[in-house]
Amino acid sequence: MPQVVTASRLVDGIVVFWSHGGWVELLDQAQVLQTKDDVEANIKSAQADVAANLVVDVFAFEVKAAAGHVEAVTLRDRIRTAGPTVHRDHGKQAVAR
Amino acid sequence: MYRYDEFDAAFVKDRVSQFRDQVERRLSGELNEDQFRIHRLMNGLYLQLHAYMLRIAIPYGTLSSRQMRKLADVARRYDKGYGHFTTRQNLQLNWPALKDTPDILAELASVEMHAIQTSGNCIRNVTADHFAGAAADEIDDPRPYAEILRQWSSIHPEFSFLPRKFKIAVTGAARDRAAIQVHDIGYQIVRNRAGEPGFAVWVGGGQGRTPMIAKKIRDFLPVADLLAYSEAIVRVYNLEGRRDNKYKARIKILLHEKGAEPFRVAVEEEFAARNDGALRLPQAEIDRIHAYFAPPALKARLAKPELFDARRNADGKFRAFVETNIAQHKIDGFGIVTISLKPIGGIPGDATSEQMDIVADLAERYGHDEIRVSHEQNLVLPHVALDDIPAIYDFLAKHGLATSNIGQISDIIACPGLDYCSLATARSIPVAQRISDRFGDGERAHEIGDLKIKISGCINACGHHHVGHIGILGLERKGVETYQITLGGSADENCTLGDITGPGFSYEAVVDAVETVVDTYLGLRTDKSEDFLTAYRRVGMAPFKAALYEKNPGADI
Repeated sequence: MPQVVTASRLVDGIVVFWSHGGWVELLDQAQVLQTKDDVEANIKSAQADVAANLVVDVFAFEVKAAAGHVEAVTLRDRIRTAGPTVHRDHGKQAVAR
Repeated sequence: MYRYDEFDAAFVKDRVSQFRDQVERRLSGELNEDQFRIHRLMNGLYLQLHAYMLRIAIPYGTLSSRQMRKLADVARRYDKGYGHFTTRQNLQLNWPALKDTPDILAELASVEMHAIQTSGNCIRNVTADHFAGAAADEIDDPRPYAEILRQWSSIHPEFSFLPRKFKIAVTGAARDRAAIQVHDIGYQIVRNRAGEPGFAVWVGGGQGRTPMIAKKIRDFLPVADLLAYSEAIVRVYNLEGRRDNKYKARIKILLHEKGAEPFRVAVEEEFAARNDGALRLPQAEIDRIHAYFAPPALKARLAKPELFDARRNADGKFRAFVETNIAQHKIDGFGIVTISLKPIGGIPGDATSEQMDIVADLAERYGHDEIRVSHEQNLVLPHVALDDIPAIYDFLAKHGLATSNIGQISDIIACPGLDYCSLATARSIPVAQRISDRFGDGERAHEIGDLKIKISGCINACGHHHVGHIGILGLERKGVETYQITLGGSADENCTLGDITGPGFSYEAVVDAVETVVDTYLGLRTDKSEDFLTAYRRVGMAPFKAALYEKNPGADI
């Protein structure tokens, strides 16, 4: 299953996604990685930003991607990538609106 | 209220400076995350699902209007205009930026507040009865002792790296509103035969994945020995508690594995061996701290509060508010007002900055400048003249804060759950919201009567589900939320842990399952005076289990 590499931004803790050597805030803009090798290579690249004190807690999670829209597979990741289900006005879901 | 002395003020100010330096060093890369984590946690700063979370200490749940306004201001300026009052009587901000936290802590220090020891394996914020100093059934105000414990435990060099976190609660009444039997140490103020005040000492209670009810290891501890005895308990725990497995590291496990009696003997020996008087509390010091908590000079009002009575007779909604939200004050003509942070369909414990300001205004105008946070995630005005309650009610109603549901089915404790928490396995808030919507605060809720529902989003049990009359534990199974229901728990002086009904229910089905439990209770109670817990204790699990799994096969997981 395709995956996206993610982390939390050090300065404010906001969830960010890896995209071609940098970080973006919205999942739809993330780089969707199709193979295990791709995931491992990009995690390794992203880890450099842990060392550079830009982000913390790098990991990859599974997504479904279709027609330019990317969605996390598990509920936990969906909430993490969108915002609280009880506050649709906060988190990335508010920005995406 | 307690006021910082020079030492307190300098200490908190120093900690802000230290943390500012630590944050700067983290942002510059001088500290890596492994090195920094312990510093941020010791200052209450977590990294959660969406962002950082700052847990601000509210010692023994007592706030002045000025402090409440500062919380509102900080939430507005540095967060998203709201905060979440917790079961440890604290306030959590869900979206602060790391770079802003030194400024937030400096703001808090300006009103004698901080976030020290709201995380980490140390002695956490000491909690107390939220009706302290006001309740008619109180022997003594527990807050002076909670304050003494706070001073003693703050950056205590021996107890800053315990095997695991350590929670203390103090109550001053026989009726336990502070859940002391599910704390690492619970102190209950009692009097001995000579009429002297002291403490019954309960140790080894806790919830989490291994819930246990505390054991009473002392019937009477003289107040002067509070710190010496606390030191003995925590020292025995610090030396003998397990550090090999974080899930077996709480004092409850030590007590369980060692045995309550050998543990008690070890504490008594430690207490006797070290009790050289160094930690004996001088009466003058006890009196000095007590003086900070002296009740406001309330003059007993006339027996007939005319405005209050007239409104109560004329207005059914006001009457409902009085029945649920007003508790008896120890002085005639006064009442204790609980302001529900559980609006129907709302998020339990959340308050906007505007609502915090409104409560601060009310406390200043009518409540002798005192506000309490209850561990049940509501706010309290402890000293209010009955004749002022109509005006308070109208003001609250105008701002959506007059929900009349204290102690009722919609007065739900819920942890942040999977909507915010990185440890959670399921959502808890929306389950609480749906239950609240289902039952409301009208005639049906009134008919059901006293019923405490508590919801946790993982086995760490921050939502106190083990001691809910109806407890709900959210878990994840094969990627899907599932909710286990327990019945018969209670956190009061007759503390019990709930019994699991059986297989769990899906997110969709759990509210129906709760309704089945409630309808079963309504069908079997002797009369309206037999509340849910009493009825459950009389009939046991069988009829509820039958209703849930046989007559109506609601279990779908």
